[in-house]
Amino acid sequence: MKKQKINITIDGIKLAVDEQCSILDAAKKVNIHIPTLCHHEDLCVAGNCRICVVEVEGQRALSASCATPVAEGMVIKTNTAKVRKARKDVAALLVAEHNTQCTTCYRSMNCELQEIAAEYNVDNNTYISLVDPNYTIDRSSWSIEKDDSKCIRCQRCVRTCAELQHVNALTVANKGKEMKISTFLDLPLNEVVCTNCGQCINRCPTGALTERRFYDDLWDAIDDPKKHVVMNTAPSVRVALGEMLGFPVGTRVTGKMVTAMKKIGMDSVLDTDFAADLTIIEEGTELLGRLKKILVEGNKEIKLPMLTSCSPGWIKFIEHMYPNHLGHLSTCKSPQQMFGALAKTYYAEKMGIDPADVVSVAIMPCAAKKFEANRPEMNSSGYQDVDAGLTTRELGYMIRQAGVDFLHLEDSDYDSLMGESTGAGAIFGATGGVMEAALRTVYEVVTGREVPFDNLRIMPVRGTDGIKEASIKLENLLDEWKFLEGVEVKVAVAHGLKNARIIMDQVEAGTSPYHFIEVMACPGGCIGGGGQPIPTNEEIRKKRIEAIYAEDEGMPKRKSHENTEVQKLYKEWLGDVNGHKAHELLHTHYTKRNRY
Amino acid sequence: MNQIQPYVRSLADKYGRERECLLPILQEIVATEHVLSQDAMVEVARELNLSAAEVYGTASFYSFLNTEPYGKYVIRVCKSIVAEMKGKKEIVDKLCDILKIKVGETTPNGKFTLLETNDIGWSDQEPSMLINEKPYTYLTPEKIVQIIAEYQANGKSNNHQQIN
Amino acid sequence: MAPSNGLKRVDVIFGAYASTKYLILQKSIRREKQEIIQDIIDSGLRGRGGAGFPTGLKWKFAAAQPGNEKYVICNADEGEPGTFKDREILMKVPQKMISGMAICAYVIGATKAFIYLRGEYQFMVPDLQKELDNFHEQAREMNFDLTIELRMGSGAYVCGEETALIESMEGKRGEPRNKPPFPVVEGFHGKPTVVNNVETFVNANMICRIGVEEFIKLGTQDSRGSKLFSISGDTPKAGVHELELGMKLSDFVAEFGDDDTKAVQVGGAAGFCVPRKKFDTTIIGFEGMPTGGSMMLFNSSRSMYHVLHNYLEFFEEESCGQCTPCRVGCQQLLLGIEAIKKQERPASYLNQLLKLSETMKIASKCGLGQSVANSFSSIVENYVEEMIY
Repeated sequence: MKKQKINITIDGIKLAVDEQCSILDAAKKVNIHIPTLCHHEDLCVAGNCRICVVEVEGQRALSASCATPVAEGMVIKTNTAKVRKARKDVAALLVAEHNTQCTTCYRSMNCELQEIAAEYNVDNNTYISLVDPNYTIDRSSWSIEKDDSKCIRCQRCVRTCAELQHVNALTVANKGKEMKISTFLDLPLNEVVCTNCGQCINRCPTGALTERRFYDDLWDAIDDPKKHVVMNTAPSVRVALGEMLGFPVGTRVTGKMVTAMKKIGMDSVLDTDFAADLTIIEEGTELLGRLKKILVEGNKEIKLPMLTSCSPGWIKFIEHMYPNHLGHLSTCKSPQQMFGALAKTYYAEKMGIDPADVVSVAIMPCAAKKFEANRPEMNSSGYQDVDAGLTTRELGYMIRQAGVDFLHLEDSDYDSLMGESTGAGAIFGATGGVMEAALRTVYEVVTGREVPFDNLRIMPVRGTDGIKEASIKLENLLDEWKFLEGVEVKVAVAHGLKNARIIMDQVEAGTSPYHFIEVMACPGGCIGGGGQPIPTNEEIRKKRIEAIYAEDEGMPKRKSHENTEVQKLYKEWLGDVNGHKAHELLHTHYTKRNRY
Repeated sequence: MNQIQPYVRSLADKYGRERECLLPILQEIVATEHVLSQDAMVEVARELNLSAAEVYGTASFYSFLNTEPYGKYVIRVCKSIVAEMKGKKEIVDKLCDILKIKVGETTPNGKFTLLETNDIGWSDQEPSMLINEKPYTYLTPEKIVQIIAEYQANGKSNNHQQIN
Repeated sequence: MAPSNGLKRVDVIFGAYASTKYLILQKSIRREKQEIIQDIIDSGLRGRGGAGFPTGLKWKFAAAQPGNEKYVICNADEGEPGTFKDREILMKVPQKMISGMAICAYVIGATKAFIYLRGEYQFMVPDLQKELDNFHEQAREMNFDLTIELRMGSGAYVCGEETALIESMEGKRGEPRNKPPFPVVEGFHGKPTVVNNVETFVNANMICRIGVEEFIKLGTQDSRGSKLFSISGDTPKAGVHELELGMKLSDFVAEFGDDDTKAVQVGGAAGFCVPRKKFDTTIIGFEGMPTGGSMMLFNSSRSMYHVLHNYLEFFEEESCGQCTPCRVGCQQLLLGIEAIKKQERPASYLNQLLKLSETMKIASKCGLGQSVANSFSSIVENYVEEMIY
């Protein structure tokens, strides 16, 4: 069917746009800027904040440009006295409702309300402040801080939690002046079904939702001469950190980031990618083990499909929503937690440091990693394995606080031990990356050959489709793996918890056709994580993903099993893959949680 | 398992499990239980495949769907401007006096909750109030004494001609 | 100024025969649908809930929509302060309303209809249900396929807004939707839906009974027919009165005032305050001051500050809260007049608040949000001194 074009006029400019196009999108096409707050590209239209109002000829009231579709012959004016006055008034009303602590706010200079208020030069005193002087901040969660005094009720967080994540931990409660963003019965965040994914933070226009910050604790550790601070950085941090420090979206700043952390005063700057490679070895072996137990031993207790376990938002989601299916999860810890367990054992031993003095810190694209670090079972080293999980954003702040001129830094390499990595570890940061890394290794293990994809690029599992599928037929296998001869391994990749739910409903119904499924809580995978620089949208996420794959192809080694430091770890210290010591340090168990 | 579960299930059987059945179910729970308890909301969420937060968010929008426990008889005195002009204050004062509670409170025996509410549709006959669903109009302090006495004596006053 | 036609009492709504046999419906479903729609259009009937959209056009749009899943909803969520006329219809002549709904269902092609009744009217449910049972029996005998279901509100003023009402019927928070799409295109469950007020359905039914010609004899060019008025406040004749549209407010006050009327609030808390000096120049009707029928009279003993304060308290509680101008604006208007009264803000702050009321009127999301500031501006403009001193 031929798409019909609609003819409209915006500020005197005539143009033809698609049916269903909003006035806002039409204006963008002719480079007319209309301010927005409740609007977000990733979410459905709300039309609540009313900052984007425009005049439509023939109508008494103004129209919200985000929520109004164009109509044939529509004449729109975006810059009239009526429009400017209304927008300024709306901004002033929101400022009155908002706790304007801009000088000290974590989101200062990265706040959409602040930007608009400045643009319209709103007087803070136009209207009477509605902020309750006795307001409290919910700091019950390890991951997310909720400060209602800064909330402007745009409901982006609620829509994120519902539409993108299908979690619905957040809701709009009450009406009128009591209307607020709430949890079930306004319970603290740590008592509700929140997965800690932090996607709400990424879409909050103000400082109402932020991650719990721990950089001051980290500064204390750095300043303490007795403490040995070991830092590791997740794959997706290096392709996003630059956005906070003056680089365009999609810039890879790996070397500069390492230099900056050394300048800040970390004792050792290591790579989470090392642990990602280690994860592939453990998880790949676990998968093959499960296949063997089922196919050869006929063990009916073993669950397939096996589900990845790197994403702590996903883990908490499945614990709440599908508590009877935890057996499908790989028992492998996430790379962060593997790294932490080794930092206070293997690393401390090799470096000759008392593990009590090791402070293990992970720089993560993630809000949920904070909760994960504080899970009570995560202490197999005899200490809390990971002392702190910081977000990409927190690292950006620390670099600024340290006065480091990031733009002009020279590059440097990660330290050793546990600083070596391969391209397979790097791609963990993008949706499909864990699957691709696993396939590169597992296929080679069982066949002795490289995966049959051009330049190791397993394209079917790449890209931003919500659910991706692939299959590889196993043929001409090495003797040890003959029991898999002819098996067509079916895999799937899901990102965003909305898609995880689709996958899990299949598992629950017993109709899942897959052997192995990668799930990431956040849209786009870790590059779109809840701890990444704000803003986020599809275009930004795609650029970060491109950077991740460029990182991969720039690496001399691109398969996890080729990581020599990992090989050395097993040989000299850990023993067998999936062996006793590995199980003790690198594997975990899960907790059934309430769905409501 | 709590006792509310079979009850909520029976309501879901009766009204259905679609989203549009949410309000009728919540309304009936409030009518019988005088409150939407945490447990009740969780059970409703389970039956209708919603999150508990969604149930709470919806319920809290509606003034009559209380999540704090109310008494067996909820007295809602109309506070519209016309009610004010026609002596609402005397009515509320009298009720506070008889029931020995303030507006917003419930009597210790759990029998009465006293509230003020927005226009209930009897501006021609103010002052007015609802006791549960029953309207009482052209109120005077004397009538209040009589009405409350009847409720205190034998529960609901069925034969009382409340609409004049 | 349009000529007024004086104050005339009429007896269309309650007076004429209300058939428990649904004779008007019986007659109507033998007529051509287009013919009925044309009658309603020709009658000039406009929605009686307050907004005044031409009823015939609404029905025509809905009838023209493709598909056979359509709905008719009767808006019986009468929540505007000072309004109680639907209560009288629902208690005395529900057959006429149900008949109007059924005729509407017939012409647009709906087989399912709802009455959304405000929670405050729960006490009517047994009688209404009895009448619905009777209707269903009659409909069966006529071989007319329509089920009408009662749905209850639960204490939320904003659900009187048609899209909020639909949201509420779908089991959600009663928050108005963005328009377009309008309910006649995408309403209940996303299907074409006609939402009309109780009185509108009665009028439509009566047009089918008495004919267009009789109907248009009542009222004026822009305001055809009669209207139920909910009259309250300082009046010896409080109650529901059916009057012809298009009268002068002075005629109204002469009949219903107490010889000391200072102001009339026309259209409820979301309507306009008319001061004594403007009684003579105000026409009640769509050409002048439209109204859903609420007429609150205030005599000179009343403080307009208190009146406004009461309205604003109502709105800050009953705004749905989703859009900024209405949610924050209502609170600011209330806090603002209090601050001026307490001399915490200068009298000139009233000008800022008047500007705010303009923003609220043009930038709020829904019709209610756009009208909540009407009482503010009309009271403040006419009674500045009472606001300050």
